[in-house]
Amino acid sequence: MRPATTNALLEVDGVGVRFGAVQALDQVSLSVRRGEIIAIIGPNGAGKTTLLNVISGFYHPSEGHIRFEGRDRTDLAPYDVAALGIARTFQNVALFKGMSVLDNIMTGRLLKMKGSFLLDALYWGPAKAQELEHRAFVERIIDFLEIQAIRKTPAGRLPYGLQKRVELARALAAEPTLLLLDEPMAGMNVEEKEDMCRFILDVNREFGTTIALIEHDMSVVMDISDHVAALDYGRKIADGTPDEVRGDQAVIDAYLGVSHV
Amino acid sequence: MLDPALDTFPKLALRNAQRLPGKVAIREKDLGIWQSYRWSEYVEQARLIALGLAALGFARGDKTAIVGDNRPRLYWAMLATQALGGVPVPLYQDSIEKEMQYIVDHAEARFAVVEDQEQVDKLLHVRGQCPGLEYIIYDDPRGMRHYRDTCLLSLDDLQERGRKFARENPDYVDQEVGKGVADDLAVILYTSGTTGQPKGAMLSHRNLIVTAQNAIVHEGLTSSEEVLAYLPMAWAGDHMFSYAQSLVGGFTTNCPESAATVLHDLREIGPTYFFAPPRIWENILTTVMIRIEDASWIKRRMVHAFLAVARRAEARRLAHQRVGVVDRLLYALGRILVYGPLRDNLGMGRIRIAYTAGEAISPELLGFYRSLGVNVKQVYGMTESSALISIQKDGDVKLDTVGTPLPGVEVRIAESGEVMYRGPGVFLGYHKNQEATAETLEGGWVHSGDAGLLDRDGHLKIIDRAKDLGRLADGTIFPPKYLENKLKFSPYLREAVCVGGGRPFVAALINIDLGSVGNWAERRGIAYTSYTDLAQKPEVYELIRQEVARVNRSLRDEGPLAGAQIRRFLLLHKELDPDDQEITRTRKVRRGFIGQKYAALIDALYSGADHVKVEAQVTYEDGRTGTVRAEVRIREAEAFAAEMAR
Repeated sequence: MRPATTNALLEVDGVGVRFGAVQALDQVSLSVRRGEIIAIIGPNGAGKTTLLNVISGFYHPSEGHIRFEGRDRTDLAPYDVAALGIARTFQNVALFKGMSVLDNIMTGRLLKMKGSFLLDALYWGPAKAQELEHRAFVERIIDFLEIQAIRKTPAGRLPYGLQKRVELARALAAEPTLLLLDEPMAGMNVEEKEDMCRFILDVNREFGTTIALIEHDMSVVMDISDHVAALDYGRKIADGTPDEVRGDQAVIDAYLGVSHV
Repeated sequence: MLDPALDTFPKLALRNAQRLPGKVAIREKDLGIWQSYRWSEYVEQARLIALGLAALGFARGDKTAIVGDNRPRLYWAMLATQALGGVPVPLYQDSIEKEMQYIVDHAEARFAVVEDQEQVDKLLHVRGQCPGLEYIIYDDPRGMRHYRDTCLLSLDDLQERGRKFARENPDYVDQEVGKGVADDLAVILYTSGTTGQPKGAMLSHRNLIVTAQNAIVHEGLTSSEEVLAYLPMAWAGDHMFSYAQSLVGGFTTNCPESAATVLHDLREIGPTYFFAPPRIWENILTTVMIRIEDASWIKRRMVHAFLAVARRAEARRLAHQRVGVVDRLLYALGRILVYGPLRDNLGMGRIRIAYTAGEAISPELLGFYRSLGVNVKQVYGMTESSALISIQKDGDVKLDTVGTPLPGVEVRIAESGEVMYRGPGVFLGYHKNQEATAETLEGGWVHSGDAGLLDRDGHLKIIDRAKDLGRLADGTIFPPKYLENKLKFSPYLREAVCVGGGRPFVAALINIDLGSVGNWAERRGIAYTSYTDLAQKPEVYELIRQEVARVNRSLRDEGPLAGAQIRRFLLLHKELDPDDQEITRTRKVRRGFIGQKYAALIDALYSGADHVKVEAQVTYEDGRTGTVRAEVRIREAEAFAAEMAR
């Protein structure tokens, strides 16, 4: 067992996930330091999203452990994981299409709301004060991500790049300690990617949020991450600074392909 | 003639705080809510900034560069600078580093007050080449946490230093304000300049205050006006409407939340006094028309029928004729069913006076708004005239002129056809550029650089830039901008450049409007991937060919201009962009530059070829460059024989 480093926010220790005969993750260990941006890379089917799903509690590992802020939380449900301060976005945007951007982001505050059904229904007293407080917080995020112009627009009517940004806003509304981003820049044009990069960096610097992201665009990965981990066939094949991982022969082979004879 | 107690902007601000302390001076939408500041707060905030600047050693005559979107704190920084006898120099917020460096260095700015990290970054990059720049003060602290430069200071910190400074020097600001006089330099506004480096027009307090006052009287403005401050602070128009007139008239300036929310904020504020350049009026109309076309057929029919009534009625009113009884009844009905709701929806329900200027506006566009009951009028002016020269008077509006000169302003047409003017707003000269000053200012008269004429009723009509007035090889008059504006009146065209000086005929390089042509293409099931792709579709060429023919048909009836019909045209493979220096930040075409850059295209227009291959450099916002390759088609346009004199 590896000694726990003092500044590790999240530790994934020997995690394995099996779907029937498929070994999606195999003995993966990873340490995410507090305050860093870590990129998880790898070819399609390498197990990146599975790893994110394990961390956020959607899947439970068949072996190994996950520790968050020093406590073991291998078997928590997604709801409890979120309450611990882990928020995420999805590879395919998962917003409430018919709801306004503002309401979508408000749903990110749900965990922070302490409601009584009766007071909420009457919108009276503490319920009203609480709503105002949360709304003010959401407005700060809207300002931060520069989406004031679409506050009242139904999420489903927005172009893809903006939907991704709204999803990020909703994740931020939960005031996460660890933010998991599954391909935040997929399907975006160059300009949208640059915007998203800037927002991710700003979130990291301004709120001190630790960020783990999956990304395919290597120039983006090299630009914004402090730390890169590469997966292939469910196993971790490299882990280090962007430069180290870029030069790693196993990573080059995984991307360019070598014949497995 | 100026009261010495009220002859500078800081003195006017103090008067407002005294006479109208509880009245809202400026509003800003922040975090989704409109925040109001009264005149007393306006002055107090500016005073703290001034004290902070004084604590840093601000001396009379020092310059403060101001960069950012329209924000109350930036207007206060402007007032604070003036209070200390300094000179604010507002810069366009989308300037690239090189442009910013030139102006900050040329103006010798010691201080810069900027909106956010983006502007701080730009200034930090060029600080090496701006030796005079000592302090950069920022409003929004976002992203600034890890900056360690000693020249950086937040506005909050600055005001805090101001508070400390005030304990030792309680009357400092009042004393400094007292030293100011009318002929002090009030502001340096750098003009975007279609050629060469920008020039800094110096305007005095007297220039601006007298001009503002004259226009307020002429237009009957009161202290209860609401104006929306959304055009760049570096532009003379915004300086006049949102700052000078607001201080002189005591009315309220409203700063929108962001550039993207302007139309929404417009609706929330419902300004009574509003300014927009033609392209914004056009954008609003296009948005309305798209929404109308998407409505159910009965609504669509109703809107079109009543708009036709409104146009008929307005045409008769402009011609000083009586509107028929039936049309008057229909118009009254239309006001309830269509015009009122439409105006309200656009945020124009309360507008008493609206202006358009900067570029020519199509009579149809102007007529549209006027027929709805929105009192849009053309004004003519430039930075060198403190923004205003002439305004169409209420009740005496002609769609194709820019109205009559303001009180105190004289206009004459030089033999060359150039418009000349003099008056109280005439600037003091260009900062550190005597040569350009001598070229422009001649015995108190200013060369406007525009070609124009005065009609029988004394209305001024602008045809073109004086230096751009060209002649074809056979001597026919060729006014490129006049032709370009006629072309741009089409909703499908965004930009056009006409060439023909010394050539056998007129030809045009055209940018389509991606929004409206894209929408047009979608409705016809024409698939496209990008601007470049759409612009080269044969169907789009046919669409634009019809628009060119429309212009040619109208030129046929304009006497000597009949020979200036457009014979051949092409659709450019990329949009003209200020980052590529093809147009200025205020979207004026830089003709010489385009002539060089697109020489191959222009040659092809005159060679008889039906297509040409091109490669172009584009500059991205971060300064990197890339290359675009394309094949551009060339088409003939239909021309019309001039009718012989009857």
